[in-house]
Parts: sequence; C-alpha cells; structure tokens
Amino acid sequence: MVLVKKNAHLMPLVGTRTNEQKGAKEMVTLTIDGQKVTVPANSTVLEAAEAAGIHIPTLCYLKDVSQTGSCRVCVVEIGGRLQASCVFPVSEGMEVKTNTPLVRESRRTTVELMLSNHPQDCLTCLRNQNCELQKLSHELNIREVRFEGARSSFPLDTSSPAIARDPNKCILCRRCISVCSEIQGVNILAARERGFETVVSPAWQEQLANTACTNCGQCVLVCPVGALVEKDDTEKVWKALADPDTHVVVQTAPAVRVTLGEEFGLEPGTIVTGKMVTALRRLGFDAVFDTDFTADLTIIEEANELLQRLENGGKLPMITSCSPGWIKFIEHQFPAYLDHLSTCKSPQQMFGALAKTYYPEKAGLDPGKIVTVSIMPCTAKKFEAERPEMQSSGYQDVDIVLTVREFARMIKEAGIDFINLADGEYDAPMGISTGAGVIFGATGGVMEAALRTAYEVVTEESLDKLDFTEVRGLEGIKEASVNLNGTVLKVAVAHGLGNARKLMELIQQGKAEYHFIEIMACPGGCIGGGGQPIPTNTDIRRQRMAGIYAADKDMPLRKSHENPAIKVLYDEFLREPLGEKSHELLHTHYVPRLKYSEVEHPEAKEETKRGTAS
Amino acid sequence: MAEYRTHVLVCAGAGCVSSNCKAVEAALQDELEQVGLAEEVKVVETGCIGTCDLGPVMVVYPEGVFYQKLTPDDAREIVNEHFLKGRIVRRLLYKAPQSEELVERAEDMDFFRRQYRIALRNTGVINPEVIEEYIARDGYAALGKVLSEMSQEQVIDEIKKSCLRGRGGAGFPTGLKWEFTYKAPGEEKYVVCNADEGDPGAFMDRSILEGDPHTLIEAMAIAGYAVGARQGFVYVRAEYPLAVERLSMALEQARSYGLLGENIFGTDFSFDIGIRVGAGAFVCGEETALLTSIEGKRGEPRPRPPFPAVKGVFGKPTLLSNVETYANICPIILHGADWFLGIGTEKSKGTKVFAIAGDINNTGLVEVPMGTTLREIVFEIGGGIPHGKRFKAAQTGGPSGGCLTTEHLDIHVDYESLKQVGSMMGSGGLIVMDEDTCMVDIARFFLDFTRDESCGKCTPCRIGTTRMLEILTRITEGKGEEGDIEKLEALAHAIKAGSLCGLGQSAPNPVLSTLHYFRDEYEAHIREKRCPAGHCIALLKFVVDPELCRGCGLCTKVCPVGAISGKRREPHQIDTDLCTKCGACQEKCPFDAISRH
Amino acid sequence: MEAATRGCQCHALRAQDERYKRLGEIIAQYAGQPGALIPVLHHAQEVFGYLPHDVQVLVAEGLDVPLSEVDGVITFYSLFTSEPRGKYKIGICLGTACYVKGAAAVLEELKKQVGVDIGKTSADGLFTLEVTRCVGACGLAPVMTIGDDVYGRLTPEDVAGILDKYIQAEKNGKA
Ligand SMILES: Cc1cc2nc3c(=O)[nH]c(=O)nc-3n(C[C@H](O)[C@H](O)[C@H](O)COP(=O)(O)O)c2cc1C
Ligand code: SF4
Ligand code: SF4
Ligand code: SF4
Ligand code: SF4
Ligand code: SF4
Ligand code: SF4
Ligand code: SF4
Ligand code: SF4
Ligand code: FES
Ligand code: FES
Ligand code: FES
Repeated sequence: MVLVKKNAHLMPLVGTRTNEQKGAKEMVTLTIDGQKVTVPANSTVLEAAEAAGIHIPTLCYLKDVSQTGSCRVCVVEIGGRLQASCVFPVSEGMEVKTNTPLVRESRRTTVELMLSNHPQDCLTCLRNQNCELQKLSHELNIREVRFEGARSSFPLDTSSPAIARDPNKCILCRRCISVCSEIQGVNILAARERGFETVVSPAWQEQLANTACTNCGQCVLVCPVGALVEKDDTEKVWKALADPDTHVVVQTAPAVRVTLGEEFGLEPGTIVTGKMVTALRRLGFDAVFDTDFTADLTIIEEANELLQRLENGGKLPMITSCSPGWIKFIEHQFPAYLDHLSTCKSPQQMFGALAKTYYPEKAGLDPGKIVTVSIMPCTAKKFEAERPEMQSSGYQDVDIVLTVREFARMIKEAGIDFINLADGEYDAPMGISTGAGVIFGATGGVMEAALRTAYEVVTEESLDKLDFTEVRGLEGIKEASVNLNGTVLKVAVAHGLGNARKLMELIQQGKAEYHFIEIMACPGGCIGGGGQPIPTNTDIRRQRMAGIYAADKDMPLRKSHENPAIKVLYDEFLREPLGEKSHELLHTHYVPRLKYSEVEHPEAKEETKRGTAS
Repeated sequence: MAEYRTHVLVCAGAGCVSSNCKAVEAALQDELEQVGLAEEVKVVETGCIGTCDLGPVMVVYPEGVFYQKLTPDDAREIVNEHFLKGRIVRRLLYKAPQSEELVERAEDMDFFRRQYRIALRNTGVINPEVIEEYIARDGYAALGKVLSEMSQEQVIDEIKKSCLRGRGGAGFPTGLKWEFTYKAPGEEKYVVCNADEGDPGAFMDRSILEGDPHTLIEAMAIAGYAVGARQGFVYVRAEYPLAVERLSMALEQARSYGLLGENIFGTDFSFDIGIRVGAGAFVCGEETALLTSIEGKRGEPRPRPPFPAVKGVFGKPTLLSNVETYANICPIILHGADWFLGIGTEKSKGTKVFAIAGDINNTGLVEVPMGTTLREIVFEIGGGIPHGKRFKAAQTGGPSGGCLTTEHLDIHVDYESLKQVGSMMGSGGLIVMDEDTCMVDIARFFLDFTRDESCGKCTPCRIGTTRMLEILTRITEGKGEEGDIEKLEALAHAIKAGSLCGLGQSAPNPVLSTLHYFRDEYEAHIREKRCPAGHCIALLKFVVDPELCRGCGLCTKVCPVGAISGKRREPHQIDTDLCTKCGACQEKCPFDAISRH
Repeated sequence: MEAATRGCQCHALRAQDERYKRLGEIIAQYAGQPGALIPVLHHAQEVFGYLPHDVQVLVAEGLDVPLSEVDGVITFYSLFTSEPRGKYKIGICLGTACYVKGAAAVLEELKKQVGVDIGKTSADGLFTLEVTRCVGACGLAPVMTIGDDVYGRLTPEDVAGILDKYIQAEKNGKA
C-alpha cells in the first residue's frame, strides 16, 4: 500500500559530504610526524591526521559547513612551509609535521593576535566553558598576550527577540555566513568592509530584527564563540516562578527530550523525558505539560485540512506550518505562496492558546494569572510567541520561550543534579500524547504522523506498518506516495531552508506535483534546531534522530487520533476539527513581508550604523 | 601612406597627459597648418616614451631630436625654428644631470642608450590608437605564424624553451603555466591578463596598455590557442581610465580586422577578450583574488592548491599572466626562443621594465636586460640623485619587497640576486630614496599600505599588520619602547609564515629588510628619541645656530606660535616647548641658520 | 520585481527619474551574465555618483544576488561608496613615489584648506578628500587629481591656488 518512489531529483544534502560522495576510490600514502597513513586521494591533511590519530587544532574549519582556510590555526609544516591543514590536499609521499617550533609559534601568535582584538569576557560570556576560542587558548598553553592595540568596537545587536549579536567577539571564521547562505539560503549574514575593519553582519549593518532573518538560529549553532547567541530569557522565567500570584505552566517540545541530556554529559539521543519532568517540577512549575499533546492536535487539524483541500479543490500542495523559521522564510521570500501554507498554528502556539482557555476553564483558574513557558529546541519560537497573531486567548498565548540551552542553565543554576533525578510523569490532560507527537521532532515526522492519521481516517482500515521510513533520514528532499483508497497521495519532505527554497522554486515553476509537503527550517528538523545544545552536527543529528524514533517506539499509542486526551478535548471544548472554536484558537494567517528590510527608507538610517575601531 | 619628410612623436602617455601634452600637440598642429607644413610633418601621438618627468616630450624624426618640458608656445617655436628653418631649439633640449651637457638626440641620452626594448618595443614609437601602425611593425605576425604553422604543443614548447618568467611578481616559468593549463582537464578554459598593477610607484603595465595594447591582445590570443581557451579577460585597475579606453579601442579594431572573434585567420580557432575593471583593492592583484573579483565577488584570495591552472575563473582552468609577461610573447614567437635566451642572466632571461621614481633625476620607464647593475640603473640611466644628495636606498618589489642599499649598487639585478639580499623583483617598481629618507618611516608607510589593503580574511594579516603598524607608528612618534623591535620581528615572522596569501606573506618584508640594513635607525628612534634622517616630526628639534644667525628677525615673523625670540642683530632662540615643528622658520631663514635634528 | 511590492512613494518618484531608467537598462543588459555585479556597480555609481541603498536593492534584485553580498562587495572595494560625494573628488596620491617626494605634507595642507579629514566632504559639498594609491603618474610625484584633472610636482604651497580655481569657477558659474 505504500508506494515508494525513488527521488526523481536528488538534492544535495545537508552535511553529508563524505569521501565516498566525492567519488574517490584512489588512495595515497603520506607521512605525518613520521607515521605512515593511507587515506583517500581527495582528503585534506587534516582528515589524514585525524585518521592517524593526530590532533590538529582548528577554529574556522567546521566539517560539512565551512572550509575557508582563514583562521590559520591549523597550520602544519609541509616542505618547510606552513600550510593550513584543513584545506591542504594530501598527495602521495607528502611529509607533514604537525608539531615543530615553527608550527607552535605560528599557532600561538595567531591566537594571541586574535585575543588582542577580543573582549576576553569569559566569566560573563554565554559561551563560557563551551567556547572554541577559550578552549584553543587553553590547549595552546597561551599564558600571555604579547600584543595589544586597537580593538573593534561595534554596537551590540539585541534587536531580535531570538538572537543576539556581539561582533566584537567575532573571530571572522565565517561559519555563520556559510550556514546562513549555503545551507539555509537566507543570505542574511555576510562579510562587509575589509582588513581590520571587516565585520560579519547583515547588509548595511542593519539590525537583525529589520532583516529577513528567519531566527532559525543555525548561525548560533555553528558560531565557535559568543558572537552569536540566543537571547537569554531565563530571568523572566525565574521571576514568574517566584511570583506567588501566577500559575506557571510549562510545555516541552518533542525534540527536547532527546537532547537535553547532552548538556549534562549524556550521549546525544539519550531519552531523558522523565528526568526533565522532574527537573521542571523541582524548578517550581505549577503544571508540567507536553507540546506533544498539541502536536497530536495539530495532526488532527492538519490532516482534516488536507482532506478538505483535496475534496474541495483547495490550494495544493498544502505545506506544513509548524516551523516558525520556515514561516518567516516564506513570508519574506515567497509571499505570493502563503495560501499554500496550512492555516494550523504550530503545536507551541496551539498549546499556548489552549493553556489560556481550555486549561483554566477546566482547572478553574484565572487565565489572566497564567504564565505559559515553553522549552523549545528553537530560537525562532521566541519570535513566533511574540507575533501579534498569537494572542487568540485574549492574552499573549505563549509568554516565554526558552531554548534547551537556557533551560539547562536554569537547572544548573538551581543546583539540580540532573543525571541522578528520578523519572517524573507529565500532568494531565495536556501532558498526554502519542508517538506521533514525538516524531514531530525530526524531519519527516510531521508527515509520518499525518500519514498515520490520514490513512486510517480515509481508508477506515488500521495501518499495519506504522513506520514510513521513506520520509525519515537526512536526505535533503524526500518523496513518497501513499495510496489512500485509490487516490495516490504524493508527498514531499524538505528540511533546511536551502532545500525549502529549491522545493519552492519547483512549485513556482509548476514542477512540484505534490499534494502535501512538510518543511522544517532546520537541517534534520527540530533535533537540529537553533536552540539545541552546541555542538550540533550531522553525526549528532543522526544520534538524536535515533532517539526520537526510539521514543516513538516506546509509546503505547503511536497515532494522534488515538490520543484519549485529544478526544476529550474535542468532546468537551473544540467540538470538531476545523470547527469554529478551532478556527478561533488553532488556526492563523500569515503576513507577506519584504525580502530585504522592514525599513522603508533605509537611507535615513545610514549614519548611525558604522562600527568604528578605536 | 603619404610621404612625410618629418615625423614628430608626441607622447600621450598618462604622465604627459597630466602635464598637458594635449595642449602642446594642439598648438603644434595648429602652427603646422598655419605655416603650411601639415602635409609634410606628421604628428604621431604615442604611448609613454619613458621620460615622464620631462613631459610633455616629443621626438622629431628622422633626426631623433628630443624636446622636453614643452609648452604650447614652445611647440610653435619648434615649428618655426626647427621645421621651417632647420634650427634645433637648444633651449628645449635635455641637459644631462651629471655632465650638464645638452643632448640633442634621444639615442644619445643615457636614459635611452642603455635600454634594450622588447616589451616596450612599440611603446612610445607607434600610435596606439591605430592598428595599422602596430601591424606595420610585425603586429599580428606572431599570431599568424602560430595559427598557420604551429601546434599547441609547439607553441608551449617554444615558450618553455625561452625560459620566460612571469613579470608580475614571483617569476614563475611562464611556459610551465601554459603547459599546466593546457593539460588541465576541462572543455572550457580561460586566459586572463593581470593588469591590476597595484604596486604604488610602478606604471610599466599602464604604459604598455596605453602605448601598445595590441601586443597584449595578440599574445593573449596566442596563449588562448596554446592552452585551448576561447575567452580571455583583462583585469585592469579602475585608476587607469586611459588604459581602459585604449584597450577597448584596440579590441574593437582587432575584432573588425578579424583578429579576434570567430575563426581567426580562417582557422578553427575562435577567441575574444573582455575587460574587467577593478574597483580599488590592491589584493586583487593576487591571482586568486583577481579571479574571485572577476566572478563579481569580494576580492578575497583563496587557498592554493588548487591553482588557477586547474581551477580558475568560474572554477575552470585558467592561465593568468601579467601584462609585461604577455608583451614578451610575440617577439619570442617571431624571433625564436634562442634569441631570447641570448639576453639576460643565467636564470633570468630577457629584459625587465623598471619604473624608476622617487629621489632620482630621470624618473620614468626603462627596459634593461636582466643582470644590469643597480648602479647603472640609478646613476647612468636614472641620472643619479637630485640636489647633490646621497643615495640611501632603493625599494624594489613595492610593499612586498625590500630595500637595497649602497652595498648593493653593484649587484646584477635579476630574480635570484634580489631575493638573495632580502628583496624581490616584484613587478618592477624601483623607488630611489636619498639621505633625507627615514627608513623607519618608510617601513611604517608600507605597513600602513598593506594594513589598509589587507582583505581581512585571515588572522595573521588582518590583525598582525595592524599591530605592526601600531608599533611602527609609536616608534616614529617617539613613543617606542624597549622590546618593540623584538615584537616587530616576532610578528613579522608569524605573519610571513602563517598568512593565507602573498599579501600577508610579504607584508612584513619592508620591516625585516629595513631592520636588517638600518637597525641603528630604529634604535635611535627608540632609545635616543632621535630621527637620524631628520624626518620624523615628533622627534625633531628646531635650533638656531648662533654662529650663523645674524638676528634679522625674519623667522619670528613667520613662526605661527611665536616660539622664536631674540634681539635685532643678535642670535635668536627657539623655545622648543612652544615650537610645533612646522618648519616655516627654517625655510625662511636667509642664512641657513636654523636646522632640524 | 519584488520591489514593486514595496508600498513606499519612492517608487512613483523613481519612475520619473532618468537615473533609475538608466539603471534599469544597465541591469537588464547584464542580468544573467556571470560576474556582472562589479561592472553593474561601476555603471550605477557613474549614473548616481554614489550607491544609495535603494540602488543597491534594485541591483540585488535585478541580478539575483543577495543584498548582503552586494553590500559586502561595495564595502570591500574602496572606489565604491554608499555616501554622496562632493562635486569634485580630490585624490591625493599616497603611493610610494609620491610619499617619498613629500605627498604627506601636501595632504596635511589639503586637509587644512578643505577643512575635512580623509574620506569626508567639505561642508559646501564642493570637495571630497580621498587618498589614492598611485595613479601611474609617478614621474610627476607628488600627484593629486581633482575630478579628471591631474596636478603633478606639487608642494604644499600650490594647494590653495589650485583649490581656488575650482572655488572661483563655482562662484562664477552661480553668479
Ligand atoms: C598582494 C599581491 C598583489 C599582486 N599584484 C599584482 C599586480 O598588480 N600585477 C601582477 O601582474 N601581479 C600581481 N601579483 C602577482 C600575481 O599573483 C601573479 O603571480 C601574477 O600576476 C602572475 O603573472 P606572471 O606569472 O606573468 O607574473 C600580486 C601578488 C600579490 C600577492
Ligand atoms: S567568546 Fe569565548 S573567549 Fe570570548 S569572552 Fe566568550 S568565552 Fe571568552
Ligand atoms: S580562571 Fe583565572 S581569571 Fe578566570 S576566574 Fe579563575 S582565577 Fe580568575
Ligand atoms: S538565524 Fe538563520 S536566517 Fe537568521 S542569520 Fe542566523 S542562520 Fe541566517
Ligand atoms: S559570528 Fe561567529 S560564526 Fe560568524 S564569523 Fe563571527 S565567530 Fe564565526
Ligand atoms: S525546525 Fe524546529 S527548531 Fe527549527 S525553526 Fe522549525 S520549529 Fe524551530
Ligand atoms: S594574507 Fe591578508 S590579504 Fe591575504 S588572505 Fe590573508 S588577510 Fe587577505
Ligand atoms: S618650526 Fe615652526 S613653530 Fe617651530 S619655531 Fe619654527 S616656525 Fe615656529
Ligand atoms: S631668520 Fe635666520 S638669521 Fe634671521 S633671525 Fe631667524 S635664525 Fe637668525
Ligand atoms: S581551521 Fe584551518 S585555517 Fe582555520
Ligand atoms: S607619459 Fe610621456 S614620457 Fe611617460
Ligand atoms: S605613486 Fe603617486 S602616482 Fe604613482
């Protein structure tokens, strides 16, 4: 019953530039520090050294993301000259030395120079203890900075609700540029000016909030230092928790349970749902709920919307709308295609709307006293929560959004021994969910969850094989077809905004003959979200994804429409999918935005923006 | 062609245009009409003749009389005296700086006599805007020969055999580059000419572009044939508008003659050339940055390998050479590699064009065989140092190079010898400095340049050059500290070894070289707070020599801050606390009683 | 085309402005060609005298190059500017030949006479003072350019007189 069509037009993937794919079969042998090593002919010296178990420090290099050869920290001696090992190709018989006085002196001077133009505010820096520059300085045994002089002094950019920029901490590795343009295809960040005055920033030194930045946070994930960080909202949460008059409700997104453990030294993909719930209770939240609950709800609404569009000749393909990074992207880049989006709010916002209507009604609380906090893998959700459209409860539906990293900091600050916590259980009713809700956390998950429900709703048969493996995995764009009572439903899944752009261009050209498309802004979906633990890379994404599917398997119920709490919700409150109440609380509309700048007359602002080196 | 009894070559190179040669030429034409000689005397506008500081200049053939520093009135006088009456206008002749003798004929001037012109063979001789003049001097014969008689491999072999080395900087064997590009896999290939000429004080390439653009076009077509490219680009700096204009004109002419475009000379070979104008970035002279710039991006260098021959413009195999390098190609093809091998030194064959400037009598362009001594270039061709000052140093290789001192006057200049003494050939800029030049300040000047032009991509260059400049500035301002020299050295070595591209790798050279030859000057600045050359204002002290002062009081009148006092007819004094070191008094004193230390 | 969705008035104004028409033609001529950005910016700067932000947006759209890249290119190359410049651009050469022959003193005098620092435009909008690095007239060092005119063998004393020519011309032009 599931027809699998192999990808007609394979898209280049996020982060899987392996040697096999470069098409190399040939091998070469070289000598590194006297040790012979045989590697594929298209390897770099750095890769060869890794294969030989020799560590070379790096800074600008980030596998799968960026190889500019610009920081010069990874230099090694080849033929008496220094070469950047991260970009230098191996050749047969090459002699490499990675630990000579010349090499050590050069690396050290380079890092000292970097530090001579760096604030060195480690103690108060968000990246303290997780900073590549700090680590490097330690590894290279730098004990003094011999050079001093002018320092860059650019204004901080705190305009965005999601991301804060401090160009003075930037070491110009350009990873963020690479991610933002090559992987995400949003092209917000770029290098401007030159020489010592070079700065990485949006065009015209514009503030992030005034650009088409999607808040996806992928740049934050790759920044080696504290130049790009999430906006820290922990203080707001502490304040709400300390206020005896408020009832603080928390929701946790699907992808958080398989990544939070990393902040406490656990392997990526370790499922820590129970400990997380306990930690939240210990922090003092009054009700601990699960975004998975509204993920299930999203599926019901969205599957019905799709079936309705199919029946009534509505706009197709219909595209998912649960990723706020993606939403902002389409609003800026393809505003003419907004009616392709499902009108469903994201699970976070459905939750917020219900937490201030349905929940207080049921629990006998004053909705005005409720503070809703969400724990998200995502920086874009911070922006989403502040959208004016997201106040259908009569209040701001979601008050505070914390990323996984912020949440972990709160746990640490509270002195909670996370690793040794006992498992806790979510509160009812909004903590009850199914495996379908969990898989929202990975690319293809929404699609898979929707298909599980749509199939059963349409065919009225029970699905014997629940795993739609065609839509799983890290391939950039995935396709599948499902036979629903004779109608072949064609679907596609894209993750990473660069892939989303490609898919949108196909739609523009009339070449995307799909009925339903899932798009997630972040590579890998929310398990690769901009609010996840750092580092986040391809290997780690894979591990987290495995965790997600394991969590799905563990659930007694794995189809959204089987969630008993959702059934109750419809019976008691919403009445029916796509009904009046649903429309009021669970659906929304989108706003076309400008491609370049929110500012109509940018010329006027010109003067104020120049950063100066003093 | 009509028969003219006299040809007048009027230089219309950029230097002479700046000194208003156009007005001189107009007056000349006008006067010729007036006296009815327009049919007998032909005026030819040429590219730079080489003696730019003597401009506007003209050479009258067949006698070869060289007139200099002309005004429109001078031109009229030449018509009336020389052309009508056959009397040479002696007042407008060149006076040899050392002997003070007037020289009538260009070929008797040391400046021209000692030159050997290959790359500049047509520059200053033909009208660059008239393709026929180029063709009349064997132009496009080499292309014809190549297309009709030679295989691609034969052309490459000939260039390899000639041992021609790149004139743009590093001196890499040109033939090898052609071969690499030829052998690189790929259907689409490009030929690029580096006409960015960023080295300040160098204008060889400019003169060729302006004075003989067709030689470049012809050579690029030959290169295109040899390596298998259909498209060429010339990357010219925007500061050379005249070069862009002349080159565009030449390209049009070549196209209309079928020397560019489809099926050149009726063969299968098709080739065309586009111009790309730079936008003010020295680093774009670096080959990978240049390629990136052609692609329309920030001119940031990229790591090599891959080299342009394998992955160049738009990722395709690309042959990239300098203007002067190309200017040597046609003569080599026509006269053969063996002829070329007969000129120059063992490892550096052929000639090199130098742009001599700075504290020297004859500034301008000269082309000499490799191996000519520095002394010949500076003192014989260049006519020595003006105002009877002493030669102190010459900078070759521009901001990437180093300085040569009196002890190097007898070295035979070629790639190897310059490298050996810590400088480099570079593109051929040769800046002469006299005894009043402060070498610490010169190093500071070069670092200011490289810091300003650093692309900012890699750490050592981006931050390192800034730090070096800061230290050097401090030293020249009298705030140098013990340990500064060591810091400079540490930085210099780290930047050289660690930088991504040639700009950073060579930026510290002027510092290392001046530290090597003039370390005492650095020490004097730092320890004694003294500038031995009397240049660094912050370290100067203006003093009145009581022996010489006659108490005339003129200095007190010009001093803007009233720092000078004294009674009439008695020696005056300068209050050093008040003195702002403007130098006005020194200039004013009729008795040279005021000096700076 | 996206710019058409901008609601601002400048669009209507632009339609009547010859310069924008010319810009449209330039962009159309280069669109789709690889490496078109820099040549287009050169032309645009010729037309407008500088590269205002709305021009940058039009170029980005027309050539399908991200705006951040357009800005990155403009700020990289010293000949591009996004600020209006004076009627006459003074370029004092600080190339090696000129420096050795005393260009620094001429620059100081220029700063004094024009009353602005490097890169800035005089209050009357007449002059913008810029430093160039060799215009290839080294034989005449030190050299400065004002617009298309080149002045060589300068001394600080020459400066006032030369500037005055332009100031007078301007006055006479207006009178
Ligand atoms: C910072 C820098 C600036 C350069 N500038 C120029 C230049 O202006 N003109 C030039 O021909 N070569 C320049 N070069 C050298 C080029 O990279 C390249 O080696 C040369 O153009 C190759 O041509 P050739 O083999 O004919 O010399 C420069 C190199 C560096 C590192
Ligand atoms: S970015 Fe890193 S090195 Fe810089 S202040 Fe923060 S922790 Fe310290
Ligand atoms: S590491 Fe050193 S500087 Fe940092 S807090 Fe401890 S003592 Fe202070
Ligand atoms: S948040 Fe995303 S869109 Fe915004 S700058 Fe970073 S990578 Fe680009
Ligand atoms: S902001 Fe961060 S990622 Fe971007 S260039 Fe700077 S240091 Fe690198
Ligand atoms: S994919 Fe997930 S983490 Fe990324 S923006 Fe969308 S919702 Fe946020
Ligand atoms: S050495 Fe200087 S110019 Fe070259 S890449 Fe590095 S920063 Fe740029
Ligand atoms: S140098 Fe200038 S300030 Fe000093 S004494 Fe002479 S005129 Fe006066
Ligand atoms: S001008 Fe010379 S001679 Fe006259 S008072 Fe001054 S120092 Fe003495
Ligand atoms: S890690 Fe190789 S140059 Fe930065
Ligand atoms: S420009 Fe006329 S001689 Fe050089
Ligand atoms: S150095 Fe000034 S014109 Fe060449």
